[in-house]
Amino acid sequence: MQGLAHQLVAGIATGGIYASVALALVMIYQSTHHLNFAQGEMATFSTYIALTLINVGLPYWIAFVLTILISFAMGVFIERVMLKPMHNASVLANVGVFIGLLLVFRNAMGWIFDYTIKAFPSPFESDHPLLGGLISGHELGSTAVTLGVLGIVYVFFRFTKLGLAMRAAAFNASSSRLVGIRVGWMLALGWGLAAAIGAIAGMMIAPVVFLEPNMMLGILLYAFAGALLGGIDNPGGAVIGGFAVGIIENLGGAYLVGTELKLTLALGIIICVLLVKPSGLFGRVVQSRV
Amino acid sequence: MTALLELRDLHAGYGQTRVLHGIDLTVDAGGVTALLGANGAGKTTTLRAVCGMVRTTGEVTLAGERIDNRATEDIARRGVAHVPDGRGTFMELTVEENFKLGAYVRKDREVTSDFEQMFGYFPRLRQRWKQQAGTLSGGEQQMLAIARALLLRPRLLLLDEPSFGLAPLIVQDIFGILRQVREAQGVGILIVEQNANLALDFADRAYLLETGRIVVSGPAQEIREDEQIRRSYLGY
Ligand SMILES: Nc1ncnc2c1ncn2[C@@H]1O[C@H](COP(=O)(O)OP(=O)(O)OP(=O)(O)O)[C@@H](O)[C@H]1O
Ligand SMILES: [Mg+2]
Repeated sequence: MQGLAHQLVAGIATGGIYASVALALVMIYQSTHHLNFAQGEMATFSTYIALTLINVGLPYWIAFVLTILISFAMGVFIERVMLKPMHNASVLANVGVFIGLLLVFRNAMGWIFDYTIKAFPSPFESDHPLLGGLISGHELGSTAVTLGVLGIVYVFFRFTKLGLAMRAAAFNASSSRLVGIRVGWMLALGWGLAAAIGAIAGMMIAPVVFLEPNMMLGILLYAFAGALLGGIDNPGGAVIGGFAVGIIENLGGAYLVGTELKLTLALGIIICVLLVKPSGLFGRVVQSRV
Repeated sequence: MTALLELRDLHAGYGQTRVLHGIDLTVDAGGVTALLGANGAGKTTTLRAVCGMVRTTGEVTLAGERIDNRATEDIARRGVAHVPDGRGTFMELTVEENFKLGAYVRKDREVTSDFEQMFGYFPRLRQRWKQQAGTLSGGEQQMLAIARALLLRPRLLLLDEPSFGLAPLIVQDIFGILRQVREAQGVGILIVEQNANLALDFADRAYLLETGRIVVSGPAQEIREDEQIRRSYLGY
């Protein structure tokens, strides 16, 4: 029982990471209908920035906030410089840009920070497990952080004027222009937010998996699976999907198939769901009368 | 009367296709101009040209300021509200959110009282407040589209076939409200309509467009009473 509860809690902790990255993917997908393959590399790059800031002696939380701000600016910059000229380009041309972006980040990281595996500090006490061994300090802390981020993002999109404008720009760019929304900047802001969310996910997972240029590769796959499971065009669904994948992965890995096959298990379940519901569990079916 | 909107030798098209071949047109401040013509004449394209949705050459002047080849969002911010064909509402969002987006660029504190005014014009929208716009009836969607446009507090309102697909009673309603709006807000209107009778009744100036050129222009009343024009262009 204790073991089950522990696997569940651990699943929620990693699920929060998947959910954050899934949300970042969906935010960009919703407004551009492209998947940002470089999302994982961008997050890893941000984590290296955090490590650099910590190594020069900044306190953890200052480095944390600075990393978020730098990542946000980086996301905005990438959209304005690399993707704005691509707005009317073909799907393949866009895929090309994303792959290019991915390679640029991967090589830049290898070159600047080298390919060796690095330890990344956790801001949370992780020496002695809490709640009678149920959860480690880092699991608890990182779950709180990811839940906090998801909550803030929800409140931003649901209750602020800027959040509403960003949603409007994603749904209907031409109508948005007609009410005066600067659609191009909304896209760039979306990129900034996605990069910032990815950076937080990177900083939260790095103490668990160690930092190296491919750190986010597996996580991006799980996050993508979560997004597909929940509905690639539904941010809330993608978040739930991310948590579900985390839990399935942990429970399945512990009780059903062993750790080697847990990715296969997670993907298998998702394929089954998609066969039944192609738009995902919570995929948006736009209600409209024509 | 001073001109609110003036088009001078306006050309526009899509890619290689030229659609407008030199249009001159005026909307007076607080006046209503009707733009008539057969399917494919270029009426919708003219409205798109005014708000920068297609590439143009020639002059578009709003209250003395050139706005041609500015970005659509900048033209909206200068007080041009467009109800496009297909309505331009946000189907996935609620009526409330559509209202808020209509007033997106406004900084004044009268937005909520303007919401009330829109409920005065369109009481049904109040009952649909939390409902997704895509689930409204066609008539309600057209009301929402007009309300969304008016919430910009525009100087110029562009309407593309507001009667399209609506029952005659609803059309009457909507034109009644447009008359009130014109009185109350002093907004200039450029309206495209298939229903020439309706449009000429509402407008004080009218233009007839044929394959991208203006072939008739003048006071709406004169055009309405001209047998010759009616028979050869308007078909009734
Ligand atoms: N997006 C577009 N791309 C290419 N050509 C277009 C586009 N929109 C319109 N056209 C062409 O431009 C011409 C004028 O179209 P427009 O929509 O302005 O006509 P209209 O007068 O509004 O017609 P209707 O009464 O049918 O709405 C047509 O020949 C049409 O095929
Ligand atoms: Mg048209």
